[in-house]
Amino acid sequence: MRLLKDKILSKLMLVFTLASVSLLLVIGIGLYYHSIPLLQKSSWGELVTSSVWKPLKGLFGFYPFIMGTLWVTGIAIVIALPLCLFTALYIVEYAHARIKRILVPFVNLLSGIPPVIFGVWGVLFIIPLIQKYIAPHFVDYSTGYSVLAGGIVLAVMIFPLIVSIISEVLRTIPKELKDASLSLGATQWETIKNVALRKALPGIVTAVVLAISRAFGETIAVLMVCGNNAVVPNSVFDPGYPLPALIANNYGEMMSIPLYDSALMFAALLLFIIILLFNIISRVILTRLERKLIG
Amino acid sequence: MTQTPHISVQHLNVHIGNQHILNDININIPDKKVTSIIGPSGCGKTTLLKSFNRLLDNTDGVKITGKVLVDGEDIYAPDAEVTHIRKKMGLLSQRPYPLPMSIYDNVAYGPRIHGIRKKQVLDELVEEQLKATGLWNEVKDRLNAPATRLSIGQQQRLCLARGLAVGPEIILGDESTSALDPVSTSIIEDLFISLKEKYSIVLVTHILRQARRVSDYIVFVYMGRIIEFGPTEEVLLSPKEELTKEYVKGFIS
Repeated sequence: MRLLKDKILSKLMLVFTLASVSLLLVIGIGLYYHSIPLLQKSSWGELVTSSVWKPLKGLFGFYPFIMGTLWVTGIAIVIALPLCLFTALYIVEYAHARIKRILVPFVNLLSGIPPVIFGVWGVLFIIPLIQKYIAPHFVDYSTGYSVLAGGIVLAVMIFPLIVSIISEVLRTIPKELKDASLSLGATQWETIKNVALRKALPGIVTAVVLAISRAFGETIAVLMVCGNNAVVPNSVFDPGYPLPALIANNYGEMMSIPLYDSALMFAALLLFIIILLFNIISRVILTRLERKLIG
Repeated sequence: MTQTPHISVQHLNVHIGNQHILNDININIPDKKVTSIIGPSGCGKTTLLKSFNRLLDNTDGVKITGKVLVDGEDIYAPDAEVTHIRKKMGLLSQRPYPLPMSIYDNVAYGPRIHGIRKKQVLDELVEEQLKATGLWNEVKDRLNAPATRLSIGQQQRLCLARGLAVGPEIILGDESTSALDPVSTSIIEDLFISLKEKYSIVLVTHILRQARRVSDYIVFVYMGRIIEFGPTEEVLLSPKEELTKEYVKGFIS
């Protein structure tokens, strides 16, 4: 009787697991289904590579939005990764217990702040900063509303996630392993660089992958600061228009334009595919990396 | 012995938090001999060993007073430079902790840190130390394989080779055989005996049989104090102190 219960429970859990996994499939199919009207008119290749976005003329080129998404996410990770790495290293390897007790809640608090507040902060502080102090050194004119602003705001938003994962990974490295390096006369930094970071590399990659996946989809805060101009950015001071911003800005607004509805669904599908592809690729890299390091 | 010993401990006290772990330790470790630190668990053996190469530094809430002289230099002096002190001692921990790199790189790690870059010099060093630890014939065809692929016993010998590669004068062993099978244990014990020609060796062990087999001198530590220190046979067979007698007979553990 108890064994039967065990069996039924395990089957039930399997069903639930399958249900949640198939949700992914359902979403993908749903998005595709709604994109069909647009896909009947133009081909995948055309939609993805064209830069012309003129919905009134029925021209939907998604290339600027794809590039907008990649730029903002790329900038965010370039800014966030070194900051996060050093923060995590400081918290785990250098900070005294008392400082740690103060620092860690602060970092965690950052992740609890709603995105819209980051957006407002971006508009009030980052935009003027870029417009008045940073951009003039590099380009003739910038409004401040740019992929750089989006990247900075996004970097701050993914900061706590990366820091907490990397610190967690660093904490799992045995003290004896670090002692082994120290006892050979290595300095603490040499030990961190050659032993701790090496051992933590797969974990760091995981942290970056998760952060990028989250960054791809971040909407409100980015939408508020990155200009939302449907052109391909040429520099970090140009405005951009990431896919989530496109969807959030227009959904339910301009539905009278033919195919617009379908185009937004296609934007969602594109975002979905980008994240999916990205996760698959990083999974492959991660497996290779682990095999190489652990053997 | 008129010459200063490699390690000389004077009035060493170690507190961790509120606990008084080591209490007024005074000892001169004999050169080119094997000295075993014995005593019940939690008596401070490992702390004493780690105080020799300042591995206690990173412990939270640690307070150290007194002197540990290594080649006449007080390693706890404010201006003491810790990396060259640690370089003088090879540490062999309880379990092998190979670095996350190849067999070759594990041995070459220390020399590289200390500035040896020439491939030829490194090659010779790696071969020499792997031979010294009897590992060469077992691994010479797979030097670039990850060190974690070796058996535990081989890993421990690799860790010893890694420690020897920086040219230490002293070897510190912290219950270095406790994770090993009997065959690997006896290989490591034999290595200690043969290595004392060139190195001063200090071992922490809780296996009296091992202490007797390997060491020339024995330090008996109990509750953070040195109770007795002397040649192996004397301490184990005719101890002067009552506590030592009881420990050796197995009454306290």
